[in-house]
Amino acid sequence: MTSATPSLGPLRAVAAEPSAFAEIRQETLALTRRLFVQLVRRPSTLVAGVLQPLIWLVLFGALFANAPEGLLPGGGSYGRFLGAGVIVFTAFSAALNAGLPVMFDREFGFLNRLLVAPLRSRSSIVLASVLYITSLSLVQSLAIMVTAALLGYGWPGAAGLLLVLVTLLLLVFAVTALSLGLAFALPGHIELIAVIFVANLPLLFASTALAPISFMPTWLGWLAALNPLTFAIEPIRAAYGGAFHLSNVVLNAPYGDLSAATCLGILAALAVGLFLAIRPLLDRKLT
Amino acid sequence: MIELQHLSKQFGGGSGLTSVQALDDLCLSVPEGCLFGLLGPNGAGKTTALRILCTLLAPDAGSVTVAGLDVLSEPRAVRRLLGYVAQEVAIDKILSGRELLTLQGDLYHLAAAERHGRIAELIGLLGMEEWIDRRCGTYSGGMRRRLDLAAGLLHRPRLLVLDEPTVGLDIESRAAIWQVLQQLRDQGTTVLLSSHYLEEVDALADRLAIVEAGRVIAEGTPEALKNALGGDRVTLRVREFSDAGEAARVQALLQDCPGVRQVVVNRSQGYSLNLVVQDGDVIERLRHQLAAAELPVFALAQSRPSLDDVYLQATGRTLMDAELSVAGLRDPKLERKQSMR
Repeated sequence: MTSATPSLGPLRAVAAEPSAFAEIRQETLALTRRLFVQLVRRPSTLVAGVLQPLIWLVLFGALFANAPEGLLPGGGSYGRFLGAGVIVFTAFSAALNAGLPVMFDREFGFLNRLLVAPLRSRSSIVLASVLYITSLSLVQSLAIMVTAALLGYGWPGAAGLLLVLVTLLLLVFAVTALSLGLAFALPGHIELIAVIFVANLPLLFASTALAPISFMPTWLGWLAALNPLTFAIEPIRAAYGGAFHLSNVVLNAPYGDLSAATCLGILAALAVGLFLAIRPLLDRKLT
Repeated sequence: MIELQHLSKQFGGGSGLTSVQALDDLCLSVPEGCLFGLLGPNGAGKTTALRILCTLLAPDAGSVTVAGLDVLSEPRAVRRLLGYVAQEVAIDKILSGRELLTLQGDLYHLAAAERHGRIAELIGLLGMEEWIDRRCGTYSGGMRRRLDLAAGLLHRPRLLVLDEPTVGLDIESRAAIWQVLQQLRDQGTTVLLSSHYLEEVDALADRLAIVEAGRVIAEGTPEALKNALGGDRVTLRVREFSDAGEAARVQALLQDCPGVRQVVVNRSQGYSLNLVVQDGDVIERLRHQLAAAELPVFALAQSRPSLDDVYLQATGRTLMDAELSVAGLRDPKLERKQSMR
């Protein structure tokens, strides 16, 4: 313990306020860094997160290996069909779980540290999770795509990679916002896990991840054609199909044909909408 | 510096649960540069008041200002000038202490150079050099609390708010924290701390308020509050452990002794007698009286009124009794839930 030093005096003159952008960048990057430090020191989530989709791809891809030729629209193998679904579902699951660390921060009181700090915007908490989950999803997706290529399921090419990046970013943004909104709205982690549990697999089955709409009964086809996962899966799947343009029709929905650009537009609208919708939850005062 | 006006806050209620009136028309004013103690038993509403002050909770009614800023309408401006050290230290076990301070610095938008310098200063000041680069999960209670204090001081707040800063701490950590708080006050920081340790408030606080059942029931400097009581306190034990009959006899004997205002039998202390006497040398007179009645004296001590006497006068019970009476009534799980945001 040293004797009195001038450092303990309060700061009187507040320097000119830096720009909002600089402040949001600083707080977002600091929160993102924390998530990455946690990941590096507890790498089990990363290992499991990479292994799980690979197991999906190998096991599920083999399930219909002996199905009749030409069964699927476009005529590729089932493994090739499945790749896009596994990529999107993996990113979706990761984003859906993004609220859990925030919920634990709430329960352990760490979130109070964030809430009592003069954050320029509490959306920084959301942005940090989006950055973290997107990076994680890209690592997972690369592992999936390399494995798919090794299994002979094809490779989407450079333009396809860019498309995967954009699509995942939009999907992760939307779902992370939703999950963080739930983490702020629900009473505790038990409830959050229950919601994740109920939402996760049904959304997978009611999408085009595992089978095309033409295989489904009408009612399920409608569900799949309204499911955000489908809007992410179909552009990526189209990229796997070879020469590709954003205006290509990628989804024959019961209500009409959708181009890749439309699918991405819907995802973007969803991301922005959810991001705006949860802001009151972040800023609310608990009464 | 701080003005709390007519604060009310109710928790619970709804779906058949009984509600708890945590704050009931609480008013408090803390002058700038003051080290202010909020004294009261657990469950008196201290934490709730501090959480409202720190923008973590909205009151049902009342107004809160810090340095002239309305906490409810300008929370961000208030957060900038306020440091908060919560009762339950929340740290990330995976991060090292230095990483936590770095994160904290970024949340308060310190420039990198300033942040580095400030962290180094606080590490030295709070004696954290040896363990600051270890993971927080390995820290003892005292280390955590020091780290938390450093985090609260990182941005040089004008107001530091601490909720029960030394509960469960070793003597060394407690002394370290007390010393820093006094230095802070000496250099112009306003410090508001809550405590249910009489000793802590007596040793540290320039002014204090006694909080009971969500209200402030006494307020002033420790000296003024003690002096207002008047008289001296005398503790008398004729034997180490007396009995009720003897205590009553001695009580009757001393009751009418000149200079004695009040004689109370303290059953929980081996039937000792607590006397309130006029200032001055009453002790000799008591000694004579006892000798004349051929009673032995095991212990006879005179003291000025203590903060505990102030508390007793204001609430009708000692702080320890108040602690015991609420101990069984609180639900820690429910309170944890209420503190979640």
